[in-house]
Amino acid sequence: MGSRVSLLDSYRMRLRRKRRLLRCARRRRDLTPVQDKTRQIRPDDILLMSVVRNEKIRLPWFLSYYRKLGIDHFLFVDNDSDDGTLEFLAQQPDVSVWHTASSYRRATFGIDWSNHLLRRYAHGHWVLTVDPDEFFVYPFCDTRPLRALTDWLDGTGVRSFGTMLLDMYPEGPIQDAPYHEGQDPFEIAPWFDSGNYVISKNPDYGNLWIQGGPRARMFFRDRPEKAPALNKIPLVRWDRRYVYVSSTHALLPRGLNQVYDEWGGEKASGALLHAKLINTLGTKVQEELKRGQHYRGSAEYKAYLAQLENRPVFWCKWSEKYINWRQLEILGLMSKGNWA
Amino acid sequence: MSSSLGIIMLVHTALDRAEQVARHWTAAGCPVVIHVDRKVARQVHDDFVSACADDPLIVFCDRHVCHWGGWGIVAATQTAAEQMLDRFPDVRHVFLSSGACLPLRPVQDLIDYLADRPRVDFIESATTADVSWTVGGLDAERFTLRFPFSWRKHRKLFDRFVKLQRAVGYRRRIPDGLVPHMGSQWWCLTRQTLSAILQDPKRPIYDRYFRHVWIPDESYFQTLARLYSTQIESRSLTLSKFDYQGRPHIFDDDHLQLLRRSDCFVARKIWPQADRLYRTFLSDQPGALKPAEPNPGKIDRVFSRAVERRTRGRDGLYMQSRFPRHGSENGLTAFPYSVFQGFSELFIDFEDWLANTTGARVHGHLFAPERAEFAGRETLVNGALSDSATLRDYNPTAFLSNLIWNTRGERQCFQFGPADTQKINWFLARDKNAQVSVVTGAWAVPLFRSNQNFAEIRAQAARLQKIESEQLEVLDSVWTKARVRIWSMAEFVESPIEHLQTVIDEMGVSQPGHLIEAPRMVDLSGFGKFLQNLKNQGMHPFLMGDFPVDDVFGGQTRPYHKPYLVQ
Repeated sequence: MGSRVSLLDSYRMRLRRKRRLLRCARRRRDLTPVQDKTRQIRPDDILLMSVVRNEKIRLPWFLSYYRKLGIDHFLFVDNDSDDGTLEFLAQQPDVSVWHTASSYRRATFGIDWSNHLLRRYAHGHWVLTVDPDEFFVYPFCDTRPLRALTDWLDGTGVRSFGTMLLDMYPEGPIQDAPYHEGQDPFEIAPWFDSGNYVISKNPDYGNLWIQGGPRARMFFRDRPEKAPALNKIPLVRWDRRYVYVSSTHALLPRGLNQVYDEWGGEKASGALLHAKLINTLGTKVQEELKRGQHYRGSAEYKAYLAQLENRPVFWCKWSEKYINWRQLEILGLMSKGNWA
Repeated sequence: MSSSLGIIMLVHTALDRAEQVARHWTAAGCPVVIHVDRKVARQVHDDFVSACADDPLIVFCDRHVCHWGGWGIVAATQTAAEQMLDRFPDVRHVFLSSGACLPLRPVQDLIDYLADRPRVDFIESATTADVSWTVGGLDAERFTLRFPFSWRKHRKLFDRFVKLQRAVGYRRRIPDGLVPHMGSQWWCLTRQTLSAILQDPKRPIYDRYFRHVWIPDESYFQTLARLYSTQIESRSLTLSKFDYQGRPHIFDDDHLQLLRRSDCFVARKIWPQADRLYRTFLSDQPGALKPAEPNPGKIDRVFSRAVERRTRGRDGLYMQSRFPRHGSENGLTAFPYSVFQGFSELFIDFEDWLANTTGARVHGHLFAPERAEFAGRETLVNGALSDSATLRDYNPTAFLSNLIWNTRGERQCFQFGPADTQKINWFLARDKNAQVSVVTGAWAVPLFRSNQNFAEIRAQAARLQKIESEQLEVLDSVWTKARVRIWSMAEFVESPIEHLQTVIDEMGVSQPGHLIEAPRMVDLSGFGKFLQNLKNQGMHPFLMGDFPVDDVFGGQTRPYHKPYLVQ
């Protein structure tokens, strides 16, 4: 009986994966190449995939951060920006960018687009899928390039690498922390919560569901179940059969979500430093609510709008100031696993 | 004149690095025989050969296909070794290495070291009974079963076939005279031993046998060297660390100091792009002032810690890459803590008293319905953990494990009772770090001292008693790992200080042998009557134990009872 149920389950997941693949194949018509440099991609290159909208102010730092880390080629989808994002990206030597004016929501919040590009260009590559406000940190990232990590993962037969989204915030009200183009966002928002995260397992996809942090304690005090998910699996050795099913929180086939150990040990993992809670949040929230293109009827953004009027201060005396990955490792927010 | 040390190199990838290292060896006069895996494309191989063509000390041997755990690696080694012995008659020691090996000390150091030990074979070689590091748990059976399926590619078939052979009692015969030995694949043998192995008239028999042994590169030379060597040093001159899955650890640039201080001759595996390592170790280094013995102790510790982190992890930590299943947590929390139930009801200012006496951080009712009563009634504590009851009750076990993780190193105490959220009970009971002390029925004291209507009191008493007895069942279960002490209230008030002393002693906070200042107990006169009133109203208060109606409890007339200790 048990095996029949699980067979049925596997079949259901397989169908779901196929449906996703079909969706992303259909949504590929949304995308118009603006700058296609994908022919530059060499077989060993590490790629980065991102869907952006009006992020011009963030991109210079974003690109330089990831170039330093060892990203060889960037794949961007620009969702109809009007702030010069597209033009800026099209000028970059290592960026391929596609434009679309279609609905973000109807493209399952952008993942149909990324799934399509990943399937087309990332097969066989290690690829990092992140938002423009997410900055990847992994064990030894100050002394070893990203390729050292991916080579090690290859050597140990691992296909996906898990992280936690770590919300960073400034000391004062977030409106008072002006960010300017090209700046390291963690100069103005270096603080984070170190020990108030809650985890449960998602029985459908087998991924962990992590919530908590400053947004949960300030914005979702009364409805913690609505607090945003912080679990992310951004780094994957892609195969054309793979799909992201819900942002980068979960993938199919389900084996890719097994980035955690269940027998007491620790697998290696990283963190995505999240530079969302800075002054750009205000404009973003206004804009996104106008579009109404976000998850759960943009409930998250509605909550932000209500709270932002009170000029929230996330900082408290227990906030930790970011120093380096070793600090996160000691705090238990990431792990070296058996990488030494 | 060529040197007395010859190097065999087995390569399959990062050929540019292999060439670099090979030239480093030949620069010191050591001939190098290179075996390139047959799986490497012809063109790549030919380019590699022509790149090395200008160096007469680099020669290439016939190629074999090498799979992990297969015979090919041994065959490759044999071919290369034969060629080495033929072509370079001055060679006295042959050193087996791979393309990912890097000499850490000047080559001359190694040559001198071996010249001082001209008849010593350096090969790790232990009987199957003596090794504990085998992959897949197969040690002796490597030599007696057959392994037609790949362990890496067809694990299920591999395992099933092993089981089948065990079930039918299949055993291969080990050729006469052989005692299976195992050890690191990387050795350094003398010409005498190596040629004896290669020229043995019985070699076809041995080869036929080892062809079907699992991972023969870890046992072929290790076993046969025992037949001929006059002096075996059972250790490898190559520093090579393996993780818990039997895969080699990889050295990166930031291991430079660690490697340098190890005094090992050769290390593997080096990450091909570790430019700094290659640059440093392949440049001319000053020779050791005095001959040093390899000392990989520190590296050993670094890597065994890494393996422990991977296999055991940090107790009480739940995160994106550690989320143990029920029962596999090792420890549910990170540090010992104490739970007190009924004490703050019985004693005046118990929290303050406990904090003063033990120096621990003493919280109120962390699971109170309105909010988590943190010490000093703070709204946030370590780790920015909030006192919001909604957040706490969304995941009570995470709340508690977070609190204990965030404050690890500092003992936490908190009050608990039947009026609190009860969802944490199983977690408390299963946690070996929890010290739970319960005075049952003490929840009646605030009711007794309250100014409520009796009907209301009666209803509450009934509710709290029901909750507490359910909780006691949990604490009394066979799965309980917490250190639990339970007294009925009557039992406790007979000699409260003794019981309190027991609890405090067990907390292990350094204090003088006896409590200096005892906490003050609330006035209980009339409590027996109060209980009788409850009984008269049809409720049956039993968790308090027997209180005489006439108020003569408290005098220490009855003998001292040992506390009820569950471990």
